[in-house]
Amino acid sequence: MRDRIRSVLRHHAQLAQSIEELADDADLYRAGLTSHATVNVMLALEDEFEIEFPESLLLRRTFGSVNAIEEALMSVPTSSTRG
Amino acid sequence: MATALAVPELEAKHLHPSAGLDVRGWEARVAAVAACAGQHAARVDAEGVFPVEAVEAMRAEGLLGAWIDRSLGGLGVSVDQIAWACSEIGQRCASSAMAFAMHQIQVASIVRHAGDADWWQARLREIASAQRLIASATSEVGVGGDLRSSKCALQQVGELGTLTKQAPVISYGLEADDILATARRTDDAPAGDQQLVLLRRSECTLEQTSRWEALGMRGTCSHGFTLKAQFPLEAVVPEAFARIATDTMVPVSHLLWASVWLGVATDAVRRARTSARDEARRSGRTGGSTRLAHLVARLHAFRGVVHEELREFSARMHDPDALGTMGYAIRVNNLKVNASESLVEIVQGAMVVAGIAGYRTDTPVTIGRHLRDALGALVMINNDRIVAANASLLLASRED
Repeated sequence: MRDRIRSVLRHHAQLAQSIEELADDADLYRAGLTSHATVNVMLALEDEFEIEFPESLLLRRTFGSVNAIEEALMSVPTSSTRG
Repeated sequence: MATALAVPELEAKHLHPSAGLDVRGWEARVAAVAACAGQHAARVDAEGVFPVEAVEAMRAEGLLGAWIDRSLGGLGVSVDQIAWACSEIGQRCASSAMAFAMHQIQVASIVRHAGDADWWQARLREIASAQRLIASATSEVGVGGDLRSSKCALQQVGELGTLTKQAPVISYGLEADDILATARRTDDAPAGDQQLVLLRRSECTLEQTSRWEALGMRGTCSHGFTLKAQFPLEAVVPEAFARIATDTMVPVSHLLWASVWLGVATDAVRRARTSARDEARRSGRTGGSTRLAHLVARLHAFRGVVHEELREFSARMHDPDALGTMGYAIRVNNLKVNASESLVEIVQGAMVVAGIAGYRTDTPVTIGRHLRDALGALVMINNDRIVAANASLLLASRED
């Protein structure tokens, strides 16, 4: 799962440094993630994992690190899974 | 009799249990400031000078410490009361009201995010006791007006921090006692990794690079500067600016700006009413102006939007998760767009109701200053940019 998250970040996060250099708990916003790029990351994660984030997870901290994204993905209720 | 007089006072407190001070006390303080702002508004606008008298009145009434807790010597009033003051002062002088609003936004950012370290508690006490006026240096040359990007960076030289910033605008920078500035955390941090630093005017040199010659909001004296500062490291607000922006600076800015604009619109409609009444008296017709009736409806809707968003912020203000959603960001952006567009429509309509007397600049019902001040609302954080940001956020958000 983390590899897939990292792959999404590599293509969509437009970070100031390479995602490979960042630990799973590294702060992505400090690494240059902008709110505009967050929208792209979120959409790409939804495609990659075939889910829909509920509004309650559309928070800054949901996308704050690889770990945070993983935690959020695991908490997405199954009813939000796309058919 | 004394006992009879005491009753309404008790009732007033009972009606406003959350108020930090007697509500009447706040209303009287604000009324005094608004009256003073009104006396100087025309000259402030004509000469493009800072409303020194109105700000002195704010100091005399303790208004610069309004957001600061009473335990630290402030007035400890609510955001609703501050918004109401913005509107009251805005009815008399938009520049004075905007200076008041901008100061409160800076104080709110400190109060809500600086934490309870002794250094910051002492600083807040000093802001309240000395009634220090705080300006903002958030915009920067070369970042395209994006609050959340900085080029300049905080540097450390020995025990001190240093900062050099090209600021295209620091409203009332020359008159302020303190300046709150954004900068990148370190020299190698990306543009969005910002912190806030509170600089004493005595720690700064301001080299003026441009003069504020604008259609309206002329008293804000929003000149451009090269800011250079040396400061103690404690003056850096510990929390990341990203959080401060989302949780406080952006929503409070839009709430207080909208409240100032509501005041400007209210006064424009008042002038239109005066004019329509005079016209009815002269002509003996009692049908009134349907255009004015529409304007009043529009004003009431505008007021409703501002009150609704104040309620929403108050409900979310102690819950970072509730403030941090994309849905709330869209709402706050919409407040800015709706409020500024309502303002321009209402003021323009008021001028038509007042007719030539409103168009002239030398009559009691002139709307000229209101119209020029109102147009600024469309471009201070350009609405086009806000709508573009919302278009992007709407790809993600599901909130209705």
